[in-house]
This record gives sequence, C-alpha cells and structure tokens, in this order.
Amino acid sequence: MSDLDKINSIFNAKIDSVKTKIDLQNIKTEFFGKNGQITQQFKKLGSLDQNKRKEFASNLNKIKDDLTTQIEQKNLEIENFEINEKLKNEKVDITLPARTYQKGKIHPVSQVIDEITSIFSELGFTVAEGPDVETEYNNFTALNTPEDHPARDMHDTFYLEKNKKLLLRTHTSPVQIRAMLSGKPPFKIIVPGRTYRCDSDQTHAPMFHQLEGLHIDKKITMGHLKGCLDYFIKEFFEVKNIKMRFRPSHFPFTEPSAEVDIGYKIENEKIVIGEGDKWLEILGCGMVHPNVLINAKVNPKKYQGFAFGMGIDRLAMLKYGINDLRAFFETDFRWLNHFGFDPLDVPTNYRGLSK
Amino acid sequence: MIITIPWLKEHLKTNLGESEIVNQLTNIGLEVERITERQDKSKNFKIAKILKAEKHPNADKLKVCEVDIGDEKIAKVICGASNAREGLVTIYAPPGAVIPKTKLELKISKIRGVESNGMLCSESELNLSNESEGIIELKNKESQIGKNYFKSKTEKTIDISITPNRGDCLGIRGIARDLSSSGAGKLIPLKKKKIKQSFKHLIKTSIRKDRNQGCLSFGSCYIKGITNKESPEWLKNKLISLGLKPISAVVDITNYVMFDLNRPLHSYDADKIDSEIIIRDAKEGEEFEALDGKNYKLKKGMCVIADKSSVLGLGGIIGGTKTSTELDTKNIILEAAYFSPSSIRKTARDLSLDTDAKYRFERGIDPESISEGLEIATGLILSICGGHASKFMITGQSYRKNNFLKFDIDKFEKLIGISIGLTEAQKILVSLGFKCKKSKNELKIEIPSWRPDIKQDVDIIEELIRIKGFNKIELIEPERNRKKDTLNFKQKLFHLSQRSLASKGYLETVTWSFTDSKIDKQFSKGEKEIFIFNPISADLNVLRRSIFSNLSTHLKKNQDRGYEDISLFEIGPTFFGKNPGDQQVVLGAMKSGKIGRKSWIDQERNVDVFDIKGDVLKTLIELGLDENDLFVSEKTKDCYHPGRSGSITLKSEKGATLAYFGEIHPAIIKKIDFKQQNIFGLEIFLKNIPEPKKKNRLTKKIFKASDFQKSERDFAFIIDKIFKIGLLEKIIKEIDFSLIQDVNTFDVYEGENIPKDKKSVAINVTLQAADKTLSEKDIDQICKKIVEVVKEKTGATIRS
Repeated sequence: MSDLDKINSIFNAKIDSVKTKIDLQNIKTEFFGKNGQITQQFKKLGSLDQNKRKEFASNLNKIKDDLTTQIEQKNLEIENFEINEKLKNEKVDITLPARTYQKGKIHPVSQVIDEITSIFSELGFTVAEGPDVETEYNNFTALNTPEDHPARDMHDTFYLEKNKKLLLRTHTSPVQIRAMLSGKPPFKIIVPGRTYRCDSDQTHAPMFHQLEGLHIDKKITMGHLKGCLDYFIKEFFEVKNIKMRFRPSHFPFTEPSAEVDIGYKIENEKIVIGEGDKWLEILGCGMVHPNVLINAKVNPKKYQGFAFGMGIDRLAMLKYGINDLRAFFETDFRWLNHFGFDPLDVPTNYRGLSK
Repeated sequence: MIITIPWLKEHLKTNLGESEIVNQLTNIGLEVERITERQDKSKNFKIAKILKAEKHPNADKLKVCEVDIGDEKIAKVICGASNAREGLVTIYAPPGAVIPKTKLELKISKIRGVESNGMLCSESELNLSNESEGIIELKNKESQIGKNYFKSKTEKTIDISITPNRGDCLGIRGIARDLSSSGAGKLIPLKKKKIKQSFKHLIKTSIRKDRNQGCLSFGSCYIKGITNKESPEWLKNKLISLGLKPISAVVDITNYVMFDLNRPLHSYDADKIDSEIIIRDAKEGEEFEALDGKNYKLKKGMCVIADKSSVLGLGGIIGGTKTSTELDTKNIILEAAYFSPSSIRKTARDLSLDTDAKYRFERGIDPESISEGLEIATGLILSICGGHASKFMITGQSYRKNNFLKFDIDKFEKLIGISIGLTEAQKILVSLGFKCKKSKNELKIEIPSWRPDIKQDVDIIEELIRIKGFNKIELIEPERNRKKDTLNFKQKLFHLSQRSLASKGYLETVTWSFTDSKIDKQFSKGEKEIFIFNPISADLNVLRRSIFSNLSTHLKKNQDRGYEDISLFEIGPTFFGKNPGDQQVVLGAMKSGKIGRKSWIDQERNVDVFDIKGDVLKTLIELGLDENDLFVSEKTKDCYHPGRSGSITLKSEKGATLAYFGEIHPAIIKKIDFKQQNIFGLEIFLKNIPEPKKKNRLTKKIFKASDFQKSERDFAFIIDKIFKIGLLEKIIKEIDFSLIQDVNTFDVYEGENIPKDKKSVAINVTLQAADKTLSEKDIDQICKKIVEVVKEKTGATIRS
C-alpha cells in the first residue's frame, strides 16, 4: 500500500464518524493543516526524482481534490443537520389565533345597486341622480299627478313645510323630469336612490331604495320595454328561464302601465325564483305618458319610450333570502356581517354578478 | 273593492269558475289582492241528546242536563226550558258559538253555582222562527248526534285593488262589464221595473250659484208613506257578504245600489227638513253633526246640502244626524247627485273624512246615472217599504254631452309594437261601452259617460292592449350598445370610496336620511335645523346635517349589545338647507374600542387618532389624490376633541376641505352615554375631491429609478413642544428634492433630560442621488445643511 492509499483509507475511516463542524475542522487540520498528512506529502514532492515526481504529483492532486470535495460535502451535511436540529426547537402551535383583523363589508343595498348598474351598463344606460328633497311639482304635478288626483293618496308623503311645496321624494321618478329638462333626447338612464314614504310597519320602512329606468327615443315601443325587463330579470336573478307576466296597472306618469310579476315557489322554506305557481310583484313600468314628455319639454309627437321603477331593497331580499326589510336599516353588527359583501366582490359582467 | 262571485253573476253570464274569473280579473288590470273565506260560524251548532235532566240544586226552574254531543263526549249544560227532558234530541251550542239572535258569544259560566258548558237552543234563538217557548225538539235525528245541524255554506269574498283611474269599477256591474269585454262572459242587461210616480215632488230644491259650486247636478224623489223596517234576508245577506252592517231597509237599499251600480245615494227624513233644500257653499265656521257622530266645523268653499235653518249633509261625503232616516221615518227624500271630484277631495281632506261615497265621487261617478239610480232605488223602496213615489226633480246640469275622439289605428302599433285591426279594436271598445264608427284608418269614438279617465289616444291604446292581453306583446331583445360612460366622476368616487373604506375593516350601513334633532344638534352646532313637517315619530324629526347623527346612535346600540370593537361607515346625503339640492354626499365612519383586545400575542391598546388618520389618508389616496397634495392641519370641527383631531385640505391650509378626522368630543360621548367611550370618526366630502383633467397615465412622471446606493441618516432634534412635526418633515424634504428621498419621524420624546417646553424628535432621512453613489463627504455636506436649515427655520438644535 502506498502512502497515499494509506492516507486515503485513514481519511475515509475518519470522515464517516464526523458529526460536528469541530470534528470536521480537526480532520481538515489533520490532512490539510501546516503539518497535515496531505501537506506533508506535498512537501515530499521536491525530494522525488523527476520521473516519479510527475506521477506522484498527479496522484496526490487527485486525492487532494477528492478529499476536499468530501470535506465540503460533509460540511453541507452537517449544516443541513444543524439547521434541521435548530428548526426542531423553533416549532410554534400554528393553530393559535392570528393577529386580529376586522372584516369590512358592503351593505346589500349597495351591492345590489352595483349589480343592477352593471346589467344596465351593458345595454348602454347611464346613471343619473337627483336630490332627496324635491318640489311638489317635480314629484307629482310634472308626473301627470295634479293636486286633486287620487293617486296622490297612494303616496304617504313627508313634507318639509305646511304649504306642502317641498317634500322628500316619494319615488325616483322626478329624476326623469330633471334629466329630460337638462338634456336633449334620446335619453337612456337609470336612477338608483333613496325614497321616502311616511309609512312604517313590518313590510314598510319610511325610507327605502328605488331604481328608476327611462329610455326615450324615436321608436321605442312596449316590445322594447318587455325585452329590456326580461333581459334584466334573467341577468339579475342569474337564471336562464324565468316565468314572468306583465299585468295591466295604473301609474299617472305612464300609459299603458303594467306591473311585472315573476313566478316563484317555496322549497324547503326557501324561495325559488322563476318557477312555481305563485306570483310576486317586483316592479312597475309603462310607456311614458305624453303629458310627462310635454312637461319635460320633449315633443311627444317625435319621441316616445318607456320608464320603470323597482324596489332595490325588495330585489336584494329576494335574491339573497333576506326576510326582514326593517333590518336593512338597523345597523346590527351581526346582520351586517352576515348579509354584507366582501369589498373585493365587485359585481362585473365578465366575472359574474355574484360569487 | 270587495265582490262575491254570486253577486257578480247577477250581471255576468259566464261559465267560468272562480279561479278562472280571478285570473281574468288580474289579466285585465283589476288585480285580485285577496280571496277571503268568510268564517262560517253556523257549523258550531250540533245535534245532541239529553241523557239526564235533573233539577238544579239552587233553582226551581232550571235543570242540570248531561248531554251527549257525539264522539263519546258528554257536556253538562244548565237549561231553563220546560221541555228539557231525558231522551230529547235537540241542538247544542258549545262555548265559543255565537247565538244568531242575540249575536252574543257563549262562554263557560256558572249559573247559580253550577257550571254550564254551552247551551241548548230554541228555534227563536237560532233565527229559525219566532218560537221561543222551549228548546227545539228534533225527530228521527238520533243517528246524527254530534253532527252539524246547519249545512255549512262558505262564501268567498274577492278583494280587488281598483286603480285610481277606474272609478267605474267601484260597482260590481262595472267589473262585470270589463270581464265581459275580455271574453269572460256576457253582460246581462239591467232589468228595470217601471215605477209608479203619482204626484209632484213636494220640496223645493235649488243649487245656489256659488263660485266653484261643487254640486253640478242634484236629483231627488219624494217618497211618502213608507214603512221603514229591517231589510229582507236577501238584502241583508248581500250587505253582510261585503262585510257591511245592515241598518234599515231604506239605508240598506241606498248602500246596495252604490255597491251594485257605483251610484251613491242618500236618503233624508223629509219631515225633518225645514221648508226646502238648498245646495250651497258652507259658511266659515258653520257646524254640522255627521252620521259618524262627530261634529265638524266647516269652511267656506265646502259644498253642503242644507235646508232653511241648517246643514243637512256634506254633499257626496256624509249625511247629517238631523235628517237621518230611522225605523219610524214615514216620508223620505231620496238623493242622487253629481259632485265635482276636486271639490269632494278638498273637503274630505280638510276634514280628514273618508267614506264609501267620497271614495267614489272623487274618482268620478257617471253623471248620467242620476235618474237610473233614483229609479232602481225608488223601485226597491216601494216594493220593500211600500209608499208612494213622486216625480223626480233634477236641478242643475241635467244633460252632458259625451266626449268624442278620433283615433288613428296605426298609433297603436307605433306605441305597442304589435298591430291591431280596426274591427278588433272596435269590438273591444264597443264591449266596454264606447260607441265607434269606422272610417278608413280611423275610429270615431264616443266615450261613455262613466269613463272620465279616457281623454286622449294613449288612453284608448291602453284600453285596447289591456283587453287584448299584455301577453300578446312580442318582446324585442335589447341592443347591447354602450356609447357613454355608465358612471360620471362623482359616481365613480362614490362607488370606489365604499369599497375602499370597507377594505379597511369598516362595515357599511345604511341609515335614515332623517334623525333625532337632539342628536343632530350635537354634531352640527351653529347650523340651521331642517325640520320635517310630518315626521314619522318625534325622534326622527329633522333631516340629518351630519353623517354622525345616525351612525352614533347605531354604534351605541351595538355597544349595548356587547360589540365594542367595531368600525361602521355610511355613505349618503347630509343636508344643509331645505331646498332641493341643499345636500352633499359624505362618507362617514366611526371606530370604537380596542385593537388586539385580549390577544395572546400583542399588547392590547385603544384605537387612537393615528389609526383613523391612516384610514382617512389611505382612502383619499385610493380615491386618486396625490399623497403630497394632502395637507394635514389641526383645523377641526366642534364635534371632535379639540386636541385630538384635524382636517385634510387640498394642497394647503386654504385648500378645499377633503376630510375631518379625530376623536369624538368627550362631551358628546357623555351626552349620548356610550358604554365604550373611546370613539373616533372620519368624514370625507366627496364634492371637494377635484376631478383630474387628464387620465392618470397621462400625468404620471416618467419612471426613473436610481441604480446608486442609498444611505440613511438619523437626526435627533430638540425643538419647541408646540412645533408641528408635519411642518418639520416638510422643511427637511424641501431642502433638496433631488437628494432627500424620504423623511420619517420614528420617535418623539418629552420628559426627563429635555427642557419643559421642548421635545426630542428622532427623524430618519433617506438620501440617494440619481447620478452617483454618495460619498461620505457628500453625505456630511447635506447632513450639515439639514441641521443648519432646521435650526434657522425652527430654532431646533441637535441633541447631543
């Protein structure tokens, strides 16, 4: 056995038993230190004759490289082992609570307004607004509801003054008048907003939300009205088919006027929209009365169209299974958390209206 | 409007069943709201057998009976009838039953110390005959013990919601006419019996020529020698079926004709009329006792029916007690008149009166129905109460010409989208009582007197499509075509700010736009209150001037329920005046309680003003504002803690107010009595956020990032306590915009080792040049400059 082979076998025997960095350092010193076994061999080189020197040097370098690699490898092993040993002691109970965070929520009314807006946006409607305090003229008279009209009895109105000239709007329809007076036809708007009636019980709140729609152009017919609402209702309830009926009714500002019912049934105490043999009224609509167009300075001989109005709160209740209207406005932390929507859940047409 | 199917069928010949009729009513715009089954109380009366009849221990004439009432049940009943005896089969009424004669409900009671469970009935008590002697004796009914004695008959009433334009359907005949038009059956012609009118009217009637006289026509008949009495069964049953109470034959007949034909009538006791009838304006302050038992003070302009000495009735609304028809009335005046809808409406509203007659007159009664109404009612009175009728006297407008309309049939298709033929249109209109003449493309239409709602083309179009059927309209798929932005800038802000604040842990709420004046005052000092004239309750009596008025109330309610660490917000209008448009959109939030309450890992702490400041700044930045344009100052409002609140204005102190934020004033917290008193608020005023002239991408600076190393240096300044650190940071930043990239205060210290009127402020400054790595020399130079400038502008010194 040559010296080199001997060194090699000694090294191999020792390296296997190395457990720590200190052991490894000792080996490093033993073989590569000033007086290390490998170093010693290099020192021998000078005393060898030329013939042997070359071969010996080559073998020696090989062994040196081999041992160095082994030491490096061992070093990595030890480091890995040491990290793993260290991590063993760093274990936390990951099931402990996270730092507290508060979850914010969007109110169902806001969410549903965004849903509805997204649907009508596809059809080219823009959003218009008007003030909550209205004149008696805009709220009633301009909408073909003169003072002695019994239809005024259907609205329990909040007034700001004894002379009843200023009031809290009872519907979003006065915005029709404002929008038409401030622009030129065609008009294609939706108007979400707060509305007020002096009425309060289990199913009525003194304030609620309506969405008005108005489409005035040269050739808009009741067929368009039907198509528009059919599209809206299917999109809103996210169903392919829906049983829907238009039923004649009366609003002073539209003629013909209709109320729209949708079919429903109760299954496992939950309401299923679109099928079944029961009817639920969800909105009122009709062709804008020529008197309203005249009051809004639009020529009824040239322009015609439809208007509709729906209860936003009611639509929210139906879609999301909320059964108490009053709770919408009571700010109960638990209710808001339960029925509220995540702020990142923005209704869009490409992602879908609801999760 | 309530109807019953049997009554309807007196006017409509139809093979349709109830549910088909109900559907058809709804289809033509007479919406059925409710179908009610009237409870049939008669099913309570059972056939029973007396098993034992013993003398009452405490009364000679009473017996204690044990009665077999079926289902192996025995009832103990006290009975006073002499024929009550063992083995008798009779009729038993249990507790809860209503005795037809007395209309009293039976209760379990003790009679002379013995409990009686129900009653054994006589024929008279059941309204079967006048026989009141003894209880009923039934023969051959032994096998039916326990069964109902009366055959159960259930009658349904149908409640129809009549829209305000359809006054003509406030009579059952009008509804029948509409149904017949839709093909649901045939309208049966009215049967008119000729009445004998043997003498001239005995009382002079006149309509005085007042300004805005509310009565346009007044017809009447004098009927003498009647015997007023209880109405016959058929008439009573009819009124009962609509839920009305029969009174006497004459009154019942006038009601019957009103509900049947939509023709209100009134009867006066002729003997109580002082000389003559004058229809005139009321005098201001004139008093009158109406049939509802109330005394009304009248105003000028109200139309009254009067005699020489006083008011007899409010025309078309309610009669008076002075001439009311009683059972002993012998001679009557029967009235059928026409009052103008607006006059009726005004009077009734001023007096807060609502009657069936008023409801009909204000919707428009058929002015041509005066003589018809008189004829039919007089006929009924003569046949039920006897007597003799006078000739009718009709004063005022007795004839009114019907209105005509020329209708171009193409207008139908233009509005509805489907066409209708001339013949079909004519058929529909004729069946509704219109008269029509065809010519080319046109119908010449005569509008019936009972349809005051029909005035123009669209009214005709509505009639046609209503009867033809809304289901015939073909729907046209909507175009998906967007030419304009759906939302304008302010609307986008509204939408974005909601989601921005919610994403910071706030729950969105929606509260009333009105609030309690007492709370609103707390948050809006010095501004004028906006009262609601007729609030829904005393504590919701003003429009809110602050977004906090309701938020605070609801925050308190949640705290009271035990939820104390809570963040709420609302976005909506607040008001600053009572005129339309005196409002602005405010995003308001309240945050209360602690952060990290009972945390295993962090020290819990109170929410503080810098939490709310962070929320308000981040929200404004998310709304598109540049961080550098947000000027924070201690300018604040009364509703905040004066030392722990501030505002954010645009660019400088003089800029528009974007927001207020801070701790809610402790005095308000005390007044509202919050359980958890650590409460902070923020208000963002959307109207003050400027709309950028260009899209963001067009105004953004070109991206340049320095590749050279950045350095940081810390400074500790001793500075006047009152000096604002925001300003100090600003001063440092402005020293060299190209080198100083960031300035951040990381410690503020007051106390030991620092003079009393000073504070120590530790500031970290980040330095970086665009063109080179800064050398020690460069850095020393700029640091020296910072120290010098700060000293010069603020008087601060470096802490050694």
